[in-house]
Amino acid sequence: MRVLIPGISGGIARQLALHLHARGHQVAGIDTRPWAEAHEAGIQLYRGDVRKRAAEDVFRRWRPEAVVHMATVTAFTVPGKERGRINLDGTKAVFDHCAAHGVKQVLFVGRHTFYGAAPDSPLYHSEDEPPRALEAIPELADLVAADLYAATALWRLPKITTAVLRLPYTLGAPGTGTLSSFLKGRRVPLVLGYDPLFHVLQEEDVVTALTLALEKQVRGIFNVAGPPPIPLSVIVRETGRTAVPLPAPLLSLLLGRAGLPRLSVGALDHLRFPIVVDNRRFLDATGFEYRHSVADSLRIYRESAPILPAGSQGR
Amino acid sequence: MALTDSLEARVDRLELPFNEYGVDPYGISKSHVRHALRVFGAIYRYYFRVRCYGVEHIPPRGRGMLVGNHSGGVAVDGAMVLTSTMLEMDPPRLAQGMVERFLHNFPVSSLWASRTGQFIGLPEHAKRLLEDDRLLMIFPEGARGTAKLFNERYSLVDFGTGFIRLALQTRSPIIPFAFLGGGSAIPTVFNAYTLGKLLGVPYVPLTPYLLPLPLPVQLDIHYGEPLMFHGTGDEEDHVIEGYVAKVKQRIAGLIERGRAQRHSRRAGRNLLP
Repeated sequence: MRVLIPGISGGIARQLALHLHARGHQVAGIDTRPWAEAHEAGIQLYRGDVRKRAAEDVFRRWRPEAVVHMATVTAFTVPGKERGRINLDGTKAVFDHCAAHGVKQVLFVGRHTFYGAAPDSPLYHSEDEPPRALEAIPELADLVAADLYAATALWRLPKITTAVLRLPYTLGAPGTGTLSSFLKGRRVPLVLGYDPLFHVLQEEDVVTALTLALEKQVRGIFNVAGPPPIPLSVIVRETGRTAVPLPAPLLSLLLGRAGLPRLSVGALDHLRFPIVVDNRRFLDATGFEYRHSVADSLRIYRESAPILPAGSQGR
Repeated sequence: MALTDSLEARVDRLELPFNEYGVDPYGISKSHVRHALRVFGAIYRYYFRVRCYGVEHIPPRGRGMLVGNHSGGVAVDGAMVLTSTMLEMDPPRLAQGMVERFLHNFPVSSLWASRTGQFIGLPEHAKRLLEDDRLLMIFPEGARGTAKLFNERYSLVDFGTGFIRLALQTRSPIIPFAFLGGGSAIPTVFNAYTLGKLLGVPYVPLTPYLLPLPLPVQLDIHYGEPLMFHGTGDEEDHVIEGYVAKVKQRIAGLIERGRAQRHSRRAGRNLLP
């Protein structure tokens, strides 16, 4: 299968590209970021923005059969209005090009934060639920909009087999996602009096899940998850970090200071309330089985991103 | 009365799928349940000296709904019911309450409720837990039930109907129970709704000594024989209301039996020199 991956230079996207290539698929990608080893690995990288004309030329000339859209960004990586443009205009461009150039299958790789963190929402979110608590964290609005827009392809573009996949937090060695960034420092803030459950999926398992979704040609909206969720305090402890529980008002003042990670005030709700997903629909459709337990994932992260003894950092 | 093995051993014998960190897929934590049981177990045994009858009616495994009356202005009833299933059953079971939303709005209470499996009373929670063969604890009187005043302590207010539809949909047995003594432990004379609104809770029960602190009154829990209803959950309202009335009647009967027993106990004590 000829698979095109917009956003191919991201951490998980690279692993997916290599994995698909190893399984005999032809793989190409579009990204503004470099990936020096791509050519050597037999993967064609087109440098550019998915919203620009050159990207459409890739669709026209390379004629992909399937597209895995991974060119969305979070507030961690791109602040401000540009993020909204990348997420929403980029997603529109990808689907437009797919429709115009005969792509048969699209995977939109979204996030489980779609559901929002709220005290009164169900613990396990099914795919049939609406997004909640967006007013608390408006930085997520464009990702939610992109997810909903991608889902419209299910009725707008019936000839394309579309799947919207909502992935949980990922960890790797050490990984590149939101959770990896949050755990980077020695001290990790918690909101005093709360300890939400987090779903964690090892990056290799993410690659397996995406490959299955592609090869099984699933259609619809799916929550993807691996091992059952665990409390954030366990993640912090088992990755060798020090939990710093602070009252919410104090924490909102200290974010980005005193060695604590930078977070928006709205994101504090994600440290209070869980976002846990029901993945039964995805398991039924693909037979996905995770290989890495939570303990495995946390150990791998801890070993690849150890906390250096005090005083030795920066040497 | 409660069996003799240690509280720690009782928690270890819970038949829940705990992972290597002692946490189950709903976030119930062995260590939090253990801590909570130490506190509630002491209150159950030595402060309220709870008497529990009919615990054999609760299925030792598989889905079930404990459905009973509210008694007392704060959640003493729920706490003692779940302590009773942990201390009196063999093997012990963790009853999972369907609690009021406000409990999860506050720090600490949100954490402890989550880690001990007490979730907001949403149909999604109840259905999923029953399909997972858990034991649910439901008070169909809702917040209106805890607002009962001292002179209404043995009465029942209107029941919601959702629990019956849920029992039918999930084919779950209903184990009725009566909780007695909570209204005397917390003798509410007035509910301060405006103060409650300011504090983010439905109301604050006030007692003759002002604060809703429970007195050391002996409490009784009477579990009755399971009721099993058959259907799909899509039945007409009048059918559902009929089933609700049956459950309510059974609970009222258990309350009456319990009252008579409490009365004769008191009378017996008065005969002593």
